[in-house]
Amino acid sequence: MNFSKKSMKEKIKVIKNLISTEIQKQNISNINLMEVCGTHTMAIAKYAIKSMLPTNINIISGPGCPVCVTAATDIEMGIELASRSETIIATFGDMIKVPGRKKTLSEFGNVKIIYSPLDALALAQNTPNKEIVLLGIGFETTTPLIAATMLQAQKSALNNFSVLSMNKTVPAALEVILSSSDCKINGLLLPGHVSAVTGRNYFDFLSKFNAAGVISGFGPLEIMESIYLLVKMFSERKKEVINNHPQFVTEEGNQTAMKILFSVFEDADVDWRGIGIIPHSGLAIRKEFAQYDAKKKFKLHTTRIENPPHCLCGNILMGKARPNDCKLFGKACTPANPIGPCMVSSEGTCAAYYKYYL
Amino acid sequence: MNNSINLTHGSGGTQMHQFIKERIMAKLGNNILEKMDDAAVMENQKSSQIAMTTDSFVVNPLFFPGGDIGRLAICGTVNDLATSGAVAHALSLAFILEDGILFSDLDKIIDSIATTAKEARIKIVTGDTKVVERGKCDKIFINTTGLGFINEGISISSHKAQPQDCVYITGTMGNHEVALMKARELFDFSITTQSDVAPLNVAVNKLLSLTKNIHTIKDPTRGGVASALREICEHSQCTIKIFEEHLPVDKDVHAVCDLLGLDPLYLANEGKFIIIAPESSHSQIMQAFPQSSIIGEVIKTLTNNKDELLLETISGGMRKIRMLDTMQLPRIC
Amino acid sequence: MCLAIPLKVIDIPSEGMAQVETDGVTIEVSSILTPDIKKGEYVLVHAGFIIEKLATKEANSRLELFKEIYERKN
Repeated sequence: MNFSKKSMKEKIKVIKNLISTEIQKQNISNINLMEVCGTHTMAIAKYAIKSMLPTNINIISGPGCPVCVTAATDIEMGIELASRSETIIATFGDMIKVPGRKKTLSEFGNVKIIYSPLDALALAQNTPNKEIVLLGIGFETTTPLIAATMLQAQKSALNNFSVLSMNKTVPAALEVILSSSDCKINGLLLPGHVSAVTGRNYFDFLSKFNAAGVISGFGPLEIMESIYLLVKMFSERKKEVINNHPQFVTEEGNQTAMKILFSVFEDADVDWRGIGIIPHSGLAIRKEFAQYDAKKKFKLHTTRIENPPHCLCGNILMGKARPNDCKLFGKACTPANPIGPCMVSSEGTCAAYYKYYL
Repeated sequence: MNNSINLTHGSGGTQMHQFIKERIMAKLGNNILEKMDDAAVMENQKSSQIAMTTDSFVVNPLFFPGGDIGRLAICGTVNDLATSGAVAHALSLAFILEDGILFSDLDKIIDSIATTAKEARIKIVTGDTKVVERGKCDKIFINTTGLGFINEGISISSHKAQPQDCVYITGTMGNHEVALMKARELFDFSITTQSDVAPLNVAVNKLLSLTKNIHTIKDPTRGGVASALREICEHSQCTIKIFEEHLPVDKDVHAVCDLLGLDPLYLANEGKFIIIAPESSHSQIMQAFPQSSIIGEVIKTLTNNKDELLLETISGGMRKIRMLDTMQLPRIC
Repeated sequence: MCLAIPLKVIDIPSEGMAQVETDGVTIEVSSILTPDIKKGEYVLVHAGFIIEKLATKEANSRLELFKEIYERKN
C-alpha cells in the first residue's frame, strides 16, 4: 500500500534531523523542556511529537491546564451553588467532572455546558427568575473574555448574573517551578494563545532563571520548529524568549484585552490544586464589581480540602514527576474514575498519557 | 379534536385499534402485518444460518438535520444485520409512547419509518404499541428487532480480520454526532451538517453478490471509528494501523471539532461502515460503496501478542488509540 | 491553554460583534477585545471572542526564517 507523502511531513523530517544533529554535535546528554500549556500537552500527545524526538530530550508537562489546577475548595463552592434550586451553573465542558470533596458538578441537573461566557449572559437574560453563575476558569487568554462579559452585564444592569472566579496567571507558577532548588528545566515551550493576548515581553522575566523560552503555536510543524529553537539556544547558552508565533503574537500583545482584564480583575494570591497557594498567581474580582462576584453575592466559604493520599498531581503539575511515577495512575485513577485533576481534564497530563501513551 | 396520544390509545379497545389501523397499518401495511396475528409467520428461507439483532432508540431530539428517530430505528437494526453479511428479511417494531405526544409528530415518525423501510427493502411484520403516563418516558421510545438470512460461503465477523487486510471507511466521519449536537443546541455555530443516517444493507447485498471475500463489517456508531476498530483489534487479536491523513472528515465537521476540542475519530456515525477485506476485494468494495477510502491496514501483532490500534499522525509520528473511557466534552483548552 | 482557531471576518453586523467563518461554519463572535478588526481579515477566536488578528507581514517573516532551512536541505 502506497500512501503519498505530504510536504509538512517532509519538513518535519528536516527539523527532526536538525534536532538530532544538534544534540549529537554538541554532545548534549540530556535536555529537559517544559511545555507549559494544556493545549500543548494535547497537541504534543495527539501528533505523537515525542515519538519523533531523540530519547535524551525530555518533554515535561507544566501547570498550564486551568481545569487541572482548579482547587477542590473552589469546586466545592460551585457544588454548593449547584445545590441551590434557584441557581444555574454555566461552565466550560471539561469542568463538570472535576472532583470536589466527594461530588462533581456532573451530578447536578442545573449545570449547563457553555461554549462562550456570552452564552452565560444570554442565559441570564432569558431566565430572569434564576441566578446564573459562570465558573470563571482560565488564564490570560480566557480571563479578558470573562471581564468583558462582566462589563456587558454591568451595562445591561443584569442582576441575576455573577462569576465564581478561579482565574489564574502563568508567570508566578513558572517562577515557583524555576526557582525550586531541584529544578532541571532547560527550556520552556510557551503558550501561543496566552502570548497573543499578553505579548512576547510578558515572558521576559524568564531571564532571571536559567531557561530559554520559545512562544509556539499548536501545529505539529511549529512545535517541532520551536523545540529545535530551544535545543539551539541551550547549546548556545542563550536565555532569550523567542516569538515563533508572530502571525498572532506581537511584542506588546492585545493591549485592549489586557486593559479590560485589569479593569475588572486584580492580582491575588490563589490556591492551585496540588501545589497550594501561590502569591500573585491569580486574579480576583475588584470590589467595584462585587455585585458580579459570586463569592461575595452568595457569601461562600472556603474550607481547605486535603489532596487525596498517594495522588502525585502536585508534583506532576510542577514537572517533578511523571504520571507513571504515581501509584494510582491507570489503576485506581483512570479517566472513568479520576482521583486527581491531571486525570480529570481531557488535556491534563495524566489523561493525555493514559489516552495516547499507554 | 384530539391532537395527541392518550392512555386510551394503549388500552386495547376500539380507539387503539383505530389508531393502529389508520396511523400505522395504512403506512406500513403488508400481507403479514395486516393479518394482525400475535405472531408473524413467514416462509422458511432455507439458509444454514440466521442472524438476529435488536436495538432500542431513545434519541433526543426526535427530529434532527438529516433524519429522525424513526429513520434511525430502521437503519440501526438493518445495518447491524448487514454487519454479519445477512440479507435483512424482516423487522419487528415496538413503540412506547408518552401520553401527550402529538399525532403530528407521530405521523412524521411513522412516515419516516415507512420511507426508510422501503429504501432498505424490508418488511415490518409484527409490532406492539404501549402508552404510558406523562413523565414515564421521553415522548417516544422505539425498539426494532431484525431477522436476516446468511447465504452459503459468507463468514463475516469482527473476529475475522487478518494481517494484510485493508481497512476501509465507506464515507466521512462524525457527521451524525455533529448534527445531533447542533440539534441539541450544544453550540450555536451556523452549520449545514446533516446526520448521515442511512440503510446500508442493500449496498452490502450488492457487495456480497460481487465477492464473498469480506472479513469484517462494523458500524462505527457510539464511540466512533476509534472504538469500533479497537473492538475489532481485541476480537481478532490483531494490530491495526490507520493513517490520519487518510481519514475522511468533512471540512465543516473538522472545523466544529477544532472549535470544541473534539476528536472526529470518536464521533458517532449512523450511515457508515468499516469494511476489512483483502486487497483483492478492492474493486468490488468500491463498486458497492463508491465513497469509500482506505484508511489503514491490519498488520501482524508487534509485541507480546498484544492487540493495538495505532495511528500514524499527519506529522509522521506514531501513537496508540484507546477506547474512550468517558464521553467527549467540549474543551476550553 | 486555550482552544482557539483562525477564522475569516465575513461581516460586521453591529458594533462589538463580528461574523466569522471557516470551512462552512459561521459564528457570531464578540469583537469587544479587538475593536479595529475589518471585514476580510483573519482573526483568532477563543470561546466566542476575537482575541487577536493575523499579522500577515509577521506570518510571512516566520515562514521566511525556516524557508531557508527547508530549501537548504532539499
